Amino acid sequence: MIGFIVKRFINYAILSAIATLSAYLLASTILNPAGRYLGRNPRPSDETINSILTGLGVNPHTPVIERLWTWVVNLVTHGSLGDTIHNTTVVSEMTARAGTSLRLLILGTIIAAIVGVAIGVWGAVRQYKFSDQAISYASFTILATPSFVLGILLMILATLLNNVLGVQLINFTGEYTAGLDGGWWVQFWDRAAHLLLPTISLALMGAAGYSRYQRSAMLDVLSADYIRTARSKGRTRGSALVRHGVRVALIPMSTYFAYSFATVLAGAAVTELVFSWHGMGEMLVNAITQSDINAFTGAVLFNAVLILIAGTLSDVVYAALDPRVRV
Amino acid sequence: MNSQSNHLLEVRDLSVTFPQPGGSVTAVRGVNYHVDKGEFLGIVGESGSGKSVSSLAVMGLLPSSAQISGDILFEGRSLLGRSDRELSKLRGEGISIIFQDPLSALTPVYTIGAQIAEALQLHDRALSKLAANARAVELLKIVGIPNPERRAQSFPHEFSGGMRQRAMIAIAIANNPRLIIADEPTTALDVTIQAQILEVLQKAKDLTGAAVVLITHDLGVVAGNADRIAVMYAGRIVETGTVDQVFHAPTMPYTIGLLRSMPNLATAGHTRLVPLEGRPPQLSNLAPGCPFAPRCPVAIDACRTTEPPLTSIDGNPLNASACLRVEEISGGALNRAALYPVPAPIALEERAEVAPKTVLAVDQLVRHFPLTKGSVFKHSIGKVRAVDGVSFDIKSGQTLGLVGESGCGKSTTIMEILELAKPQSGQVTVNGRDVSTMSAKERRTLRQDIQVVFQDPMASLDPRLPIQDIIAEPLTVHAVPARERSRRVRDVMELVGLDPSMASRYPHEFSGGQRQRIGIARALVTDPKIVVLDEPVSALDVSIQAGVINLLEDLQEKLGLSYLFVAHDLAVVRQIADNVAVMYLGRIVESGPSSEIFDHPQHPYTRALLSAVPVPDPTLERSRQRIILQGELPSPTEDIAGCNFRTRCPLYQLMDQDGQEQCRTLDPARRQVQGSSVACHHSEHIDLMTLATSQP
Repeated sequence: MIGFIVKRFINYAILSAIATLSAYLLASTILNPAGRYLGRNPRPSDETINSILTGLGVNPHTPVIERLWTWVVNLVTHGSLGDTIHNTTVVSEMTARAGTSLRLLILGTIIAAIVGVAIGVWGAVRQYKFSDQAISYASFTILATPSFVLGILLMILATLLNNVLGVQLINFTGEYTAGLDGGWWVQFWDRAAHLLLPTISLALMGAAGYSRYQRSAMLDVLSADYIRTARSKGRTRGSALVRHGVRVALIPMSTYFAYSFATVLAGAAVTELVFSWHGMGEMLVNAITQSDINAFTGAVLFNAVLILIAGTLSDVVYAALDPRVRV
Repeated sequence: MNSQSNHLLEVRDLSVTFPQPGGSVTAVRGVNYHVDKGEFLGIVGESGSGKSVSSLAVMGLLPSSAQISGDILFEGRSLLGRSDRELSKLRGEGISIIFQDPLSALTPVYTIGAQIAEALQLHDRALSKLAANARAVELLKIVGIPNPERRAQSFPHEFSGGMRQRAMIAIAIANNPRLIIADEPTTALDVTIQAQILEVLQKAKDLTGAAVVLITHDLGVVAGNADRIAVMYAGRIVETGTVDQVFHAPTMPYTIGLLRSMPNLATAGHTRLVPLEGRPPQLSNLAPGCPFAPRCPVAIDACRTTEPPLTSIDGNPLNASACLRVEEISGGALNRAALYPVPAPIALEERAEVAPKTVLAVDQLVRHFPLTKGSVFKHSIGKVRAVDGVSFDIKSGQTLGLVGESGCGKSTTIMEILELAKPQSGQVTVNGRDVSTMSAKERRTLRQDIQVVFQDPMASLDPRLPIQDIIAEPLTVHAVPARERSRRVRDVMELVGLDPSMASRYPHEFSGGQRQRIGIARALVTDPKIVVLDEPVSALDVSIQAGVINLLEDLQEKLGLSYLFVAHDLAVVRQIADNVAVMYLGRIVESGPSSEIFDHPQHPYTRALLSAVPVPDPTLERSRQRIILQGELPSPTEDIAGCNFRTRCPLYQLMDQDGQEQCRTLDPARRQVQGSSVACHHSEHIDLMTLATSQP
């Protein structure tokens, strides 16, 4: 079993490496890092631009394979991902931002999974009744709404609430209130209040998707013979559904978890922008708009590693849930 | 209504209706029965007769949309209208149930032991986990699972079907219930495993003193086990009585017809089967009158207007029949045996002349599948010996019955033959020509001569083609012009007893029996010499089977066909086959003329197989000695030195040292013993088995 997980992990790791290298090649061929300097007034001389670009390792006059090679060698020998155009190292930029993103992502994903599974099961058990229909329509509406619209809608609601209450209960700009004085407790509450809306926005998106899948997985299980067997032993319907039904219906969900994590990542980038969080998502979007090849590759690497972890985790969870795949 | 009841279970005027958008379906229409303490009641009926629905109603396990009326009393207390919580206290503790399909009845993610322990702990909160697990192991031992301590840790997917059904019985008897309902507990299993499970069920009944309600479609299964029988038809009980009353003196024409239409292992082959024409009514729009009237040979006008109530016979309250003419039948004014006309055999002048020559010969056919491991570097770790040296031949106009349990290689054998390709090893000769030497063109021509009818008439017909296209399809392959095609389709439909005017209809408009006729028509349209029949009647209801078997027999006579008839139902094989070959683990262990094999089986496996088949005759069934084979069919990946039946062979146990040594080391070759060819070293001592089983 351990061997199997290790094998899967290596598979994912190779895939992540390929994704990152492809991202580097793609960015190098499409982005034009020189453009940023050409528009400056006064325009720097070609030599200056050239030397800046060479310093960053993104000079288009160097063959792309050579640049990739240098990048890989630097990564392997120095653990360096190169410099951003703001003269900081990509690694330091990432360490500053990763925590912010992870807090949002981990919380959002966990809440999304729990809420999604719960309302999916609830909907399946009450199939075609009003509560099921309401959940279905709500999930489809959320799935069809772009994440920035969802973020802005939540902001509007929070503002309305704040106005009604007359206090700034929910803060939604940035990660924390700058220059706030107070002890650890005050800081914690401040951060939690800032975390609220982006987490809700992310969790809603995830839960809407999860609940659809969980509902159909649960519907398959509902009519299964072993539910009837469990009831014939003396379980009530509800208890049989939870102990024997949900347990089996969770198995296919662990696979979906890995795939959906990628969607959550993409959603998180937009959510960070909307709520002015300085996370990895913002770094990715900025890197593209500023033609920053190194920062872009770094951000892709971060995402690839997260998906690698999510994929391995879902394999572990699958094996834990389903004895039939254990070898 | 007086709701006092002295019976353990009493069902009074039970009706169950399922509301549906297209009109509600009443699956159970006023059923009355009772079970006393320790009694064994058999409920017999075809699919759709309401037998399972009525038992689920007793358990309170019907979907919430079902409308239930009447009353169900268990130990004098009404079960209807009770909450799920109240009923759940009774389920498993007072009444327990064993379901049909053991493969899906256990939760795949919990161990067998945990699922048994769960049943114990649900009804005894004080029971510790450790004690529950210990008791679970004990229960597994009772139901005959070897190595119970270790097997309790196994998951359901690691158990075979028979073992899972044993585990289900262990769950059912865990809390010493007063009533066990067994809903078709052996239908999904092989005969030898069925015999084992019925034995375990009987043991469980003796051990717990529980009453048993056994629901089945197989009259043979109840004949040897039950005390009383209730026969259901179209949602009602139409006849009830003791086993002897119902089997020996049935009074409802349906029961009489059902008994006559079943091929019976003891009598099959000597007489033609008497088919029960027509099919069970649709419960969604039932015509007034007796629901059996359209199929009844002695129906009178009154039958079509009033539905007869269940009336007792000779004042005996336990023996009753729902027929208006019950007195005439029980009094002898209507002769039971002559109630259904025996179909006449094919007239001599219609019979085809057949020259006795071998049309299909299979010699040492081998098909091994490699078992591989590894996703990148595949390497072989063994092989599945699906077919391991099979030889037989079929003469023109004759039928060879190929029998064996599931997994013995029957299907692989016929697939290898039908492929008409060079086999891995061995030789297939059709019409005297070795198929491996043929060109592709010759092979295509030859396919006209060898056709196949598959098991499941629903799944093997394309639902989107009208039946004329389905039947004509083999002709399009052989480029027959359209006009000729439609003429041939008409001819062949008439031949199999289908109205040619239905040619443009789709498969779903036909009943199961008609669909199988479509399958036969499709096989016959190319005018073949050989027809391979792969379990052609096993998916059909008992009352439909007889008609299809008779049709096959008639077609053989008329057209001079040769059949390779593959089946697991030995009674059906005895009815139709001239010669029989018994397969075990990829080999033929015994073959010979049908009468020899069935009357004087020389191989211990054949003998065990035959003794495991239940016969629908209670007197005979009670006097029969059953040879219960130990364990399950070994995996064909296993390498068994010597005789591969040795691991389960009852005769092997009885042999002396030298004899056993021979079985362990020497693979028995087939040799002629009496009238059949047998692969056993000790066929001469086969009578030891009879002696051994008659000693208690």
